[in-house]
Parts: sequence; structure tokens; C-alpha cells
Amino acid sequence: MTIPTELKYTESHEWVKDNGDGTVTVGITDHAQDALGDLVFVELPEVGKQLAAKDACAVVESVKAASDIYSPVGGEVTAANEALDGAPETINEDAYGEGWIYQLKLSDPSELDNLLDAGAYEQVLADEG
Amino acid sequence: MGSRTPLFAEHERLGARIVPFGGWDMPLHYGSQIDEHHAVREHSGVFDVSHMRPVDIEGADALPFLRRLLANDVAKLKQPGKALYSCMLNPEGGVIDDLICYYRGPERYRAVVNAATAEKDIAWMQEQAQGFEVSLPPRQDLAMLAVQGPDARTKAEPLLPPALREPAMALKPFFAAEDDHWFVGRTGYTGEDGFEIMLPAGQAATFWTALLDAGVTPCGLGARDTLRLEAGMNLYGQDMTEEIGPLESGLGWTVAFDPKERDFIGRAALEAQRERGDLQRFVGLLLTGRGVLRSHQPVVVEGRAMGEVTSGGFSPTLQRSIALARIEPAVGDDCAVEIRGKAVPARVVKPPFVRNGAAQITL
Repeated sequence: MTIPTELKYTESHEWVKDNGDGTVTVGITDHAQDALGDLVFVELPEVGKQLAAKDACAVVESVKAASDIYSPVGGEVTAANEALDGAPETINEDAYGEGWIYQLKLSDPSELDNLLDAGAYEQVLADEG
Repeated sequence: MGSRTPLFAEHERLGARIVPFGGWDMPLHYGSQIDEHHAVREHSGVFDVSHMRPVDIEGADALPFLRRLLANDVAKLKQPGKALYSCMLNPEGGVIDDLICYYRGPERYRAVVNAATAEKDIAWMQEQAQGFEVSLPPRQDLAMLAVQGPDARTKAEPLLPPALREPAMALKPFFAAEDDHWFVGRTGYTGEDGFEIMLPAGQAATFWTALLDAGVTPCGLGARDTLRLEAGMNLYGQDMTEEIGPLESGLGWTVAFDPKERDFIGRAALEAQRERGDLQRFVGLLLTGRGVLRSHQPVVVEGRAMGEVTSGGFSPTLQRSIALARIEPAVGDDCAVEIRGKAVPARVVKPPFVRNGAAQITL
């Protein structure tokens, strides 16, 4: 299970990439896609929608079940990965790359400090056993 | 920790995702549930179903006992090896379990019941056996594998005991052959051709490995569920329960009301239901909007709840979401299903959705 060191993480298994221009990209971790199994449907957030940190903002559905995605930070949705519509399995294949879910313009960049680094996220996974 | 089948070590060696199921630790998938699903539709797959419980029914009263116990009529079974699908009902007409019953010869039958309900089933059967000259040995010494798919029988044939090869290949659907503790039925739960094979537990790992070496794909419970859903086959505990009987679960065809004098358990309750009428319909649903159907989602028409999804999921073959559902008789061809608070359009269809690799409904 890979955990890239340049990303930030949440305990609910989202990853966050700081794009350095006031926006972030959000997806689910390799661990999350593996635990969910083959993904068959993704409900994306609407572009323009205002989100607060921890808002349920998207849904990924696997062969097994539906899971909410919680926005790791607050802000306005600037892009959603429409390519997932026809190919949700992209998340299984490339969780940290082509399988990104949405982008957000940060309302408060300091919220990024509340997120886990790779080491802390690895510990979360270890604690879950 | 749950019970383990004789193949548990094989599942672990293959890196299976193990999940609890009906008191057992079972493989959910070995990497990709969807790939396993396609393997069965296109080639062949093998499932460890050793958690299911064979129960032999033997003795002078085996026939009258089963004609009382089961809603379908085992008197229909005239040829040795012939199988019958039936519900075992409670007196209120609810389903205690569904099972397959094989006729093995005069006074000898074998039923195969579900894992999660096995203890309850056997206790019920023993209670009902009072006054009948019958014994009910459970066969926990047997493992069970389902080899399914268009190539399944030809892949399995050379790996069967030599004396069983010819009889197994000559089987018509829903018949079984047996020899020396091996029992091969041309049955399944996928909508494809294939065998369900019972064999001594000690020989299961060798047979399993030989099937894999022959190119048969190991498949978990996940693919088993999507395959049976596409095939329009019911799952006990979801599609029918102790509260919801066969007439409202699409299983009316398995209830033998004739001959009228056969007094099977639950008969009076089912006759009263028929008399009363206005039974709920058990149908298939094809989701035409976006989303995935799941059990317990409400079926709605013009904002009014008119039924419920009993089994739902994504169909890998059709690339659409499909479901089995129980709906009010008044629902027409179009309805909606409430998914996370939104009414998503769906179409009522007649199952099965897929048989022998081919779609049975128009998308």
C-alpha cells in the first residue's frame, strides 16, 4: 500500500495535494480503494459548491457498498473529475493520479495544518490493524 | 474468528480478502470481484461453497417426511440423481430456508442448506421428524465446490474420479451422479452451465489446486452474489425471509399445491394468502438514472413508497445497476428508487437479467 510523502491525509482515508496556488486536489487513498474493492460508481461534487471541512461531498460506490467522501478542508469546488463517470475503476488503478476526485479553492489555507502527514497516516492504518 | 472450510489455507495463499459470512471466514474476492464475475460468464470459475451444509435424509419414511417438510413435492423425483429446488416453510408461510433436495434412491435423499441457517434448519428438521422413521445425518465430512461457466464442465471432467467422468458429462441440467463419496450435480447459482461437487474434505485442496492449474479462476462470494443477481436467483435472508413467503418472493413456481391432499407445513397460510389476493409482486429493476441500487432502498411512484429493493447491485455484464424488488401490484413499467434522498428513475423488468453469458433484457 503506497503512501506518497508529498501528500496530506485524513483519518477517513482521503488524500490532499497542495497545488501551491491556493487550490488543492482531493482523492481517496490506495488503502481506501483496496478496502472498498472494485469501484462501480462515483457521485462527484458540483463545481461552484461551497464546502466546509468534514462535509460529506461525494460518494464512491464499490461492488460492496456506498461510502461518503468527506472534504478534508473547506472551500469552493473548482473542478470535478468527470472522467470517473465512465471509468470509476480509474480510482482502483491510480488512486493518487488519474483517480483524483475534485479540486477546491481553499477558504482558509491554515486548515491544511490540521491534516496528517504520510507518517501519521501510516500510523492510522497500523492502528486500524 | 469464524469457522474455516478445508480450503481456508488455499484462500490465504492466494491472497483472498477474507470476510465473515454466516459464521464462516470466507473469501470475498482474490483481487478483483469484477474480473472473477467475467471469468465465470466467459470461461470458468470455481467457488468454495463448503460452508453450505449437506444433510442426508434416510429411512423408510424419508419420502412422507420430505413431502410434509417442503413446499415443493419430492414425489416429483422419480429418477435417481434428480434435484428439486424448494422452500422449507414455517406454519405462517414464511421461509425458514431455501434448499436443493436430491433423490439418491429409494428412501435416500440429500438436502443442501444455507450456511448461516444450517443450525436452525437442522433443529427444525429434527423437530418435524418426530413420528417419522427417518435419520438426518449432517455431512460435515464433505467439502463443496461450484465450478461454473461455459468451460466449467470440460475443465472439471478430467479431474473427477475416473468412474464419475462419463456419468457426470452425461448429466442433464438439475441431475446429479455419485460414486464413492463424490457427488456431482449439474446445478449452480450463477446462470451458467457447470457442476456443484461434493467430495471428501481431505481431497478438496488437491481438487481445488488441480482446477486452478487447469486455468479455472478462483472466485469469491462477491462474484457469487453479482452472478446470482444477474441470473435473477433469490438470496435467502434478503429476497425472502421468515416473514416474507414464496408467493411474494417470485418463488410461487416452487410451491406444489397439487396434489391437494398433501399437507405440507405452511400450506394453509399460503392458501389463505392466495385467497386474500393483492399480493406484492416480485420483479426485476433496471436503473435508468445514475447510481447503484442496494437492498432496502424504497421504490417510489409519484412520491409515494410502493415497495422496496430486496437485492441490488452493479451488473458487470450489463454495465448497469440492477435489482430484485418487492412492489405493490399497482406499480406499472416505470418507477423510481430513492437513493440518498433522490428519486432515480428505474424500469420494471422480468428477471433473469443474464443467462449463459447473454443479456435477457433490453437496456
